[in-house]
Amino acid sequence: MSYLTKSPWIIHYDASSCNGCDIEVLASLTPLYDVERFGIINTGNPKHADIFLVTGSVNEQNKEVIKNIYDQMPKPNVVVGVGICACSGGVFRECYNVSGGVGEIIPVDVYVPGCSAKPEAIIDGVVKALGILDQKYKALKEGGGSN
Amino acid sequence: MSSRRIVVPFGPQHPVLPEPIHLDLVLEDEHVVEAIPSIGYVHRGLERLVEKRDYKDFVYIAERICGICSFIHSVAYCQGIENIMNLEVPRRADYLRTIWSEYSRLHSHLLWLGLFADAMGFENLFMNSWRLREKVLDAMEETTGGRVIQGVCKVGGVRKDISNSKLSEMVKDLDILSSEMEDLCNVFFDDDTVRHRTKGVGFLSKDDAYKLGAVGPTARGCGISYDVRKTGYAAYNDLDIAPVVETGGDCYSRCNVRAKELLQSVDIIRQAVANIPDGDVDVKVKGNPNGEYFSRVEQPRGECIHYIKANGKKNIQRDRVRTPTSANIPALVKMLAGCEMADVPVIVLTIDPCIGCAER
Ligand code: SF4
Repeated sequence: MSYLTKSPWIIHYDASSCNGCDIEVLASLTPLYDVERFGIINTGNPKHADIFLVTGSVNEQNKEVIKNIYDQMPKPNVVVGVGICACSGGVFRECYNVSGGVGEIIPVDVYVPGCSAKPEAIIDGVVKALGILDQKYKALKEGGGSN
Repeated sequence: MSSRRIVVPFGPQHPVLPEPIHLDLVLEDEHVVEAIPSIGYVHRGLERLVEKRDYKDFVYIAERICGICSFIHSVAYCQGIENIMNLEVPRRADYLRTIWSEYSRLHSHLLWLGLFADAMGFENLFMNSWRLREKVLDAMEETTGGRVIQGVCKVGGVRKDISNSKLSEMVKDLDILSSEMEDLCNVFFDDDTVRHRTKGVGFLSKDDAYKLGAVGPTARGCGISYDVRKTGYAAYNDLDIAPVVETGGDCYSRCNVRAKELLQSVDIIRQAVANIPDGDVDVKVKGNPNGEYFSRVEQPRGECIHYIKANGKKNIQRDRVRTPTSANIPALVKMLAGCEMADVPVIVLTIDPCIGCAER
């Protein structure tokens, strides 16, 4: 378990997910799982976000969007790929318009497997990402460069 | 003051809609003059996978067209193959498909009601809708093993049975759930804030809905009584169903249709459980399909079509899908023209866009 002295905010982008993982990401925010109790909030603005949650695989048209969102986020930040599509392309790997997982475009810190990834697994992934974020902060403070 | 036209981009990444669709909103002051949609952010090209997958395995791909209406997609696909192969599915399997389909509708509509409340900034209502939705997902997970992707439908029937005692337990749970849902729906029907944001907003006339080919709750909210369940696929012909129709044509009516369909689904599940016959839940499937079939189902968002063409090989030739969202986008563009900028998120949500389906 990792602790952070600030509330980590999440931005979520649906790359080319089938919605399965998407709605599980949303379900993590709602009363049964309620990640807000950890201070985690889903924001729509990349400039406020520390954690980038991506569901689904990368294709020609959303490549630029993913890069764009990532570039707008303040550093240091972490990226979590949710679902097997985000990991590798999953069942759609052989489709003509799928170039693969999110790792093709931006560096990914944590991969959450599953099709669809369960909310428990997503929360686990985010908590792992918090640890990595913490390390990145420390490295930044010690002057070791960001990200 | 002379007005100047500006273009405001909406999406593909937008807080109100988890899914990526892009709209160019042409504004004149606060009025939307025109909305130009562009899609393709979620396109995977999965229809072509039929060339690489065995026709029995393609059920898994069909389920993953969309994670919200996934179960009903697999029903549509299996139904198509079964008809081509002249397979007689055991009646119990038909009933189970019906029950699971209605559970998917419950979870989809509750999800939508939540997102709709969220689009209006009504956070509490959003949370409450999703709290109830978890109970539906629990029932799904208990009976199939999957929360959103069930993987339980297969060519020739279904993979799992539900025992009769479990079925009656589920109906008991639904009784509790439906009284909670009634409370929830009453907020959507009567709350002043909700009325204010939805009454008369995003109007679509019955004529336009018909001409633009709107389907599902979008069409039924405009007074068109059209529901594919009435054609009697799966076990629907044994059950008593009346399409929920509202005549307002605005956001309020479309919301009402969905809210009332929640209770209708509960009623359908009750009827199905009361009538379900005993017996097997699948038949052996031998050989490969040869022929074509046009399979129609009613998704939570409206009519969905799988056109399947096979030529006696283990890979089928074509699985052409037309999803309700593709059918409803022209209607959406019509509703948006002339609305206020602040109403755009609410209106976009009332067609219940499912971009994953629409772009496949
Ligand atoms: S991993 Fe599965 S559930 Fe998630 S987006 Fe991909 S196909 Fe859908």
